[in-house]
Amino acid sequence: MAYLEMIQLALRSAVSKPVTSRYPFGPRRVLPRSRGRVEFAKESCLYCNVCAKRCPTDALMVNRKEKQWIIDRFRCITCGACVEICPKKSLTMAADHQQPASQRGTETY
Amino acid sequence: MGAELIEVIPWETLRERVAARRGQGCRLVQISATRLGSQVELTYSFDLSGWLDHLRVVLPGPETRLPSITGIYGCAVLYENEIKDLFGVEVDGLALDFHGNFYRTRVPRPFGNVATECVFVPPRGGAAVPPTPEN
Amino acid sequence: MATTVIPFGPQHPVLPEPVHLDLVVEDERVLEARPSIGFVHRGLEKLAETKDFVEFTYVAERICGICSFIHAQTYCQAIESLLHVAVPPRAAYLRTIWGELSRIHSHLLWLGLMADAMGFESLFMHSWRVREKVLDLIEATTGGRVIFGSCKIGGVRRDIDAEAGASILRELEGMEADLHRITKVFLDDSSVKSRLCGVGVLTTAQARDLGCVGPTLRASGVAQDTRQEGYAAFGDIRVEPVTRTAGDSYARCAVRCEELFQSVDIIRRAFARLPGGPVEVKVTGNPSGEVIARTEQPRGEVIYHLKATGTKFLQRFRVRTPTFANLPALLSVLPGCELADVPVLILTIDPCISCTER
Repeated sequence: MAYLEMIQLALRSAVSKPVTSRYPFGPRRVLPRSRGRVEFAKESCLYCNVCAKRCPTDALMVNRKEKQWIIDRFRCITCGACVEICPKKSLTMAADHQQPASQRGTETY
Repeated sequence: MGAELIEVIPWETLRERVAARRGQGCRLVQISATRLGSQVELTYSFDLSGWLDHLRVVLPGPETRLPSITGIYGCAVLYENEIKDLFGVEVDGLALDFHGNFYRTRVPRPFGNVATECVFVPPRGGAAVPPTPEN
Repeated sequence: MATTVIPFGPQHPVLPEPVHLDLVVEDERVLEARPSIGFVHRGLEKLAETKDFVEFTYVAERICGICSFIHAQTYCQAIESLLHVAVPPRAAYLRTIWGELSRIHSHLLWLGLMADAMGFESLFMHSWRVREKVLDLIEATTGGRVIFGSCKIGGVRRDIDAEAGASILRELEGMEADLHRITKVFLDDSSVKSRLCGVGVLTTAQARDLGCVGPTLRASGVAQDTRQEGYAAFGDIRVEPVTRTAGDSYARCAVRCEELFQSVDIIRRAFARLPGGPVEVKVTGNPSGEVIARTEQPRGEVIYHLKATGTKFLQRFRVRTPTFANLPALLSVLPGCELADVPVLILTIDPCISCTER
């Protein structure tokens, strides 16, 4: 009987803990390979501009004269193209997602 | 993968050839259009039990009206309205005509109308503006 | 008898995506349905003229959120055929595995939406609870829940190692019991059957004439599945199309339920035969020529028609998505139905309006 299946499912959900996570009151569970945020290591960057050219949404900008690496986090789609192309491996993909903000803007490193 | 089975036919014979395909029991798969300068090239794809082949017509100029095949395949009405909206091609004998309101685009006929060539280039931007000292 | 025009959509609780129908009703019976689409038109076909073909993989992925991986796979297959590049066999198998995971997730999403359209909210939530397990598998292997970002021209960007593969198979085994429970409710429950049986009947001749594809066509008795063409790993893994003959909404639901188990079986067979080797080949040069590539998305057959002239921008990028081909079927089953059946009929073709309007 199909309604017995639903009754079993309902009873099981009543006694077990919720399946949904309690974010933002609890931490968001991330998996090791999640694509969350691009992280920049300033020490090894050559400012060669390859990452900015490869970015499909123009989220990156490199200012070679002033040694700045600028990212617009809200344009970034975390595709990982910049991480793959960087010759010095200065860019890595972190698993935790970017934090919400009240305004769009760029971050400069 | 399928491009070698395209047969180019004169546009006046379109309706007879499509009716022949219908008689064989083919399913209309898609109608696709490409703008080549002032001409529009249309490709009609048919499928018979997994075997896909195509008929191609070229509309030579702006005054040529495309004969509609909605009398033969009723489902072509959506494809022909889309071609009419995006390319500005005039279609003769459409069963259900949306008169240009099928897709609401901000730019009418984005793939160009032969009379007024319309080219829309999306602006490239993003973090391309370097931070100024005031920011 | 006086008729009333009721606007349905674009905002409606049962609609996953915005579509507008003007329903001409007379006393609860729908006489005519006038469609009006264009709410999600993003002009992606025009964008191909200004974005180079390598970057366009990311755009092709984002045509739709539910069928996203197979869009990227078809695009990459089409470009690889223009460049005369053969992907390594391991990449073909990995694409198949991710494609079938994508199909399981899409069908579970559809089952949940169908339950929601009928008002059976708890079944909707349980279907999506099982779907979360699939999304976890996808996130563990590709990094994203719905936009995989794994397909590239020349292969795939990530690998699934043996340990990850074993854990996928373990999860699928645990999930199969849940799938049996949920599909049993969909197929055997009397209230679900009373909403689905006999509603929106499409005969075999009608389904073929209207150009239907996918489960909508297979539920009317036509055994056609684009996976039989043998793209990716389907040359080695034979797929038998799942068909029903009744052609009503219940048959379409049954076809999708059975395809869930077929996809789990395909994933198991793919892992059993997964070859070793590299997952990508280096690709250089610009495409030129013309290609028409087709694959089987969860909703049916998708066709990509690409023309290229040797520059890095494609001359023409044309997608005919399965919902575009199934829309005439929707417009033909709506007249004559009851007003309460309209949500069930709209969902029974599995509409993916963002695919339709690109």
